[in-house]
Amino acid sequence: MAISKVIGTETEYGISAVGAPEFNPVLSSSLLISTYAGSLRRIRWDYEQESPLRDARGFEPVQMREPSEEDLGLANVILPNGARYYVDHAHPEYSTPECASPRELVIHDKAGERILERSLEELHRVLPAGHRLAIYKNNSDGKGNSYGTHENYLVDRKSPFGNIVRDLTPFFVSRQVFTGAGKLGAEGAWEERGRHRYQLTQRADFFEAEVGLETTLKRPIINTRDEPHADPDKYRRLHVIVGDANMCEVATYLKVGTTALVLKLIEDEYLPDLSLANPVASLHDVSRDITCTTQVRLADGRRLSAVQLQWEYLERAKKYVEQEDPSPDNDEVLRRWEATLTALEDDPLSLHRELDWVAKLRLLEGYRERDGLDWSDHKLRLVDLQYHDIRLEKGLYYRLAAAGKVERLVTDAEIDRAIMEPPEDTRAFFRGRCISMYPDAIAAASWDSLIFDVGKEALQRVPMREPLKGTREHVEALLERSPDPATLVGLLQG
Amino acid sequence: MPQEQEQKKTQKKAGGGSEDDAGQVQSTSKGEKLKEEMDEILDEIDSVLEENAEEFIKSYVQKGGE
Repeated sequence: MAISKVIGTETEYGISAVGAPEFNPVLSSSLLISTYAGSLRRIRWDYEQESPLRDARGFEPVQMREPSEEDLGLANVILPNGARYYVDHAHPEYSTPECASPRELVIHDKAGERILERSLEELHRVLPAGHRLAIYKNNSDGKGNSYGTHENYLVDRKSPFGNIVRDLTPFFVSRQVFTGAGKLGAEGAWEERGRHRYQLTQRADFFEAEVGLETTLKRPIINTRDEPHADPDKYRRLHVIVGDANMCEVATYLKVGTTALVLKLIEDEYLPDLSLANPVASLHDVSRDITCTTQVRLADGRRLSAVQLQWEYLERAKKYVEQEDPSPDNDEVLRRWEATLTALEDDPLSLHRELDWVAKLRLLEGYRERDGLDWSDHKLRLVDLQYHDIRLEKGLYYRLAAAGKVERLVTDAEIDRAIMEPPEDTRAFFRGRCISMYPDAIAAASWDSLIFDVGKEALQRVPMREPLKGTREHVEALLERSPDPATLVGLLQG
Repeated sequence: MPQEQEQKKTQKKAGGGSEDDAGQVQSTSKGEKLKEEMDEILDEIDSVLEENAEEFIKSYVQKGGE
């Protein structure tokens, strides 16, 4: 039986300084995070369990680790909601806490946007007058440079990695019809292929391989990083790099909800072989067709559109949920998935309230029609970028949302609460609560450990290798009995 | 069948779309009300769009990531 799918996203945000060529994105990102985190900055990130070059196919690390951001003195903090907020290369990055349902993930993904916005407001208060930064939740600067939005899913170690590659690749190629955040033009080696005015995703242009460990060049559809941040004998953490950053709550929900469910089907070997003849070319072809009708060729010779491929997955998933895994959460994913595929078949543009690529395209078409703009007009490029501005007053997505033009799945109150409150049903609850209750006693933290300094000679490491332990139900009584960290550590050891 | 889908189908029949040679879907006239609605959205967005689009877009360059 498939294991529960714990989900998290990591978003690298674009950052720029308006009219300031001397701008340093690395230091600016660090300043942004430090300003927000204040005294929490003292707690170290514990790298001991990390090995980003370990490969799921069983290879040895291929090169030495680069110096970490922490070695360079850059901000890297754990927040009271259990999230990690840090500098990754030249971007501020926000990793949500572990979530046990797609809806919870949407709340925490959105809370990340609010945290970036608050950070920006606080930084603007201390920067010299006239210095202004802007932050975007997108994946491309439109000039051939991409930055990632990664998804993570807890997967059973027993499930052969080859099955994941076989069954998930066609799914990733075809899910672009609802996960895409939309992009004007084409980038990279694909640029000269040229006549593409608009495509479904920000990221497809940057993918050149089927399977691999890379994330910054020769990007693969299936990433093989094997860094479980949990008991390595029981779990994998599937690291997904092929998705877009979504603004629409429905798009984020569909992206992680359908992927988590499909992973369960893979673990229980519920899927037929839908292998594609040429996955990388198909990824590009699907992204470049806003009618969502282009057919891709399967290894068995059949030709299906992305939407038809998605129906294949959905039909199996319905059977799976009915026979193996009935739950209200699964029913809701299936209901939205089916409604989306039905609408995509009928008229993709009808999904402008649900999907980013459609909402954005509608705006661009509106400007073209009203102002008679050519596809190459700079104003359209600005709309493409500013759609992703994380400020409520400036971001075009947020202006649409404020006018009631996009569908909301979660409430502002839920998002605001998640800025400080961890999810209750994963180990993020224990991590977040400890950060809130005993900030001065935590020397270091990571996804799967907290290191306490309670005045003894040795630091005390509390391992958290089970992502579904350390929930409110498990630890709330323990925390209530621990007015100070020494008591907590004593109770945990006793 | 969820109501939402039924509504979408009705909307489509009322509106419609067509394809040009390059495979791009044109938004054809979707009636006065929809046009008015779009004009309202665009007016709202005009008021928040950054000034000097060309310079703004040129200066947005991101290096390094992932």
